[in-house]
Amino acid sequence: MEGDISKIDNILFNLGYLDLLAYRDSEIHRVNPVAKFITTVVYLFFVISFNRYEIKMLLPFSIYPLFLILRADLPFGYILKKVLYVSPFVIMVGIFNPIFDRHIFFSFNGINITSGWVSFLSIIIKYFLTVTTVIVLIGVTGFYNLCYAMNKVGVPKVFSVQLLFLYRYIFLITEEAARMTRARELRTPISKPVSLKVYGSLAGHLLLRSINRAERIHRSMILRGFDGNIKIAGRTSYRLNDFIFMSLWILVFIFFRFFDISDFIGKLVLKVFL
Amino acid sequence: MSHHIVQAEDLHYTYPDGKFALQGLSFLITHGESVAIIGANGAGKSTLLMHLNGVILPQKGMVRIGEMPVTRETLPNIRRTVGTVFQDSDDQLFMPTVFDDVAFGPLNLGFPKEEVEKKVRETLEKVGALHLINRATHRLSGGEKRSVAIATVLAMAPDILVMDEPTSNLDPKSRRNLIELLKSFTHTKIIATHDLDMAMDLCTRTIVLSEGKIIADGPTSDILINEQLLHKSYLEKPLSLQGCPICNKK
Repeated sequence: MEGDISKIDNILFNLGYLDLLAYRDSEIHRVNPVAKFITTVVYLFFVISFNRYEIKMLLPFSIYPLFLILRADLPFGYILKKVLYVSPFVIMVGIFNPIFDRHIFFSFNGINITSGWVSFLSIIIKYFLTVTTVIVLIGVTGFYNLCYAMNKVGVPKVFSVQLLFLYRYIFLITEEAARMTRARELRTPISKPVSLKVYGSLAGHLLLRSINRAERIHRSMILRGFDGNIKIAGRTSYRLNDFIFMSLWILVFIFFRFFDISDFIGKLVLKVFL
Repeated sequence: MSHHIVQAEDLHYTYPDGKFALQGLSFLITHGESVAIIGANGAGKSTLLMHLNGVILPQKGMVRIGEMPVTRETLPNIRRTVGTVFQDSDDQLFMPTVFDDVAFGPLNLGFPKEEVEKKVRETLEKVGALHLINRATHRLSGGEKRSVAIATVLAMAPDILVMDEPTSNLDPKSRRNLIELLKSFTHTKIIATHDLDMAMDLCTRTIVLSEGKIIADGPTSDILINEQLLHKSYLEKPLSLQGCPICNKK
């Protein structure tokens, strides 16, 4: 019984925590949201652009999220946990590769490694790199600033404003859901799973309450002159550092993409020690 | 300054389900007056407030703000003149940060960006919330939310402030701060409330609603000692007018 209550509270806390991280101050936090957004989009593009059997050229790309985490002093364990949360889905996506793709990719000490396993590993690495980087980006920028940045670089307003409102009210709706579940649980002395009937009623009420709230919010918006077009006053200024951050990282990505640095280091090590 | 006048003439409103919400209200509130609207739950207080800012248009009768009747055509002007503070601040604070929320109204009014920033700072300073400017709205305490909600409305420089239960859900200290803040405003104030002690502190005039009708309209000091009237409207004498329960024990 208690489990359910604390579960919702936990989700709420976790959601809020990522947002709180964005309130910290570090040189990474201070970089203009637009610069961080563009850099990260380019990063994601490069990581995804590798073919499905690529592994070693992906590895150097872990430097970007690691750099952000370390320089912004984000809690590594928290972010890892967040990434692991969603990983079962990715494993589901890639798990059939080793079964269907049995072509031998290479042999190592008599053990045959099939292309299926290689592509599976490649998917997992790509997943870790991209999801970690996005979570870190939210943690060093804040959801709101990201929406603002999206808006700035030309993502349609419908989309960014939708996200903005989602983020503003998700806390209230989750809280409302938590209160309702709590009320139900406190009147269910013997712990029982929620029956479909009760669940339907809870969900229905939540929907009705959300609609009512949406109506009140809309009212308060039109009373303050809302004409269907949200205007956001951006207060961020661009500094030289933002430009340097963006261009240096993009150069690094290009370098990693077209120059096999893992191979180079490997050969170097072999040359030195053998 | 006739534009601060609020007038209702034979105002009627029936909800779609056939429930009579307002049944022939008439009153005139003049410039700078502070008026409390009191009455039981469902007496029609909120419905009346929604008429004053044009969220609901009168089905019969008329509302005038200054010289202007509230009609679909005059709405932009009405909303500029009448600022409404909602009961639940979470409905009012829909932008992610305090700055953006307070800036929302001025931006819609077409203020240039530098002006908006100045206005936001000024208004937040006025309600004593300048230190919250960069905070996320959902992380504020109840009292802070209320102050910011008032700032969002003040930023549009309204002449008339309409408030629905401004002191509800506030701790005593925040409530006192809010009362002092409202006292310092020179706007015409119309406040729907169950907090009769606040009405005593803030409002010189009180209108009592019961089942959609005005059953009393007069000086607050007269109305709030009329126990019979209060009883009839499901209200009670303000605590400050009741004797001390310890000293007066018989």
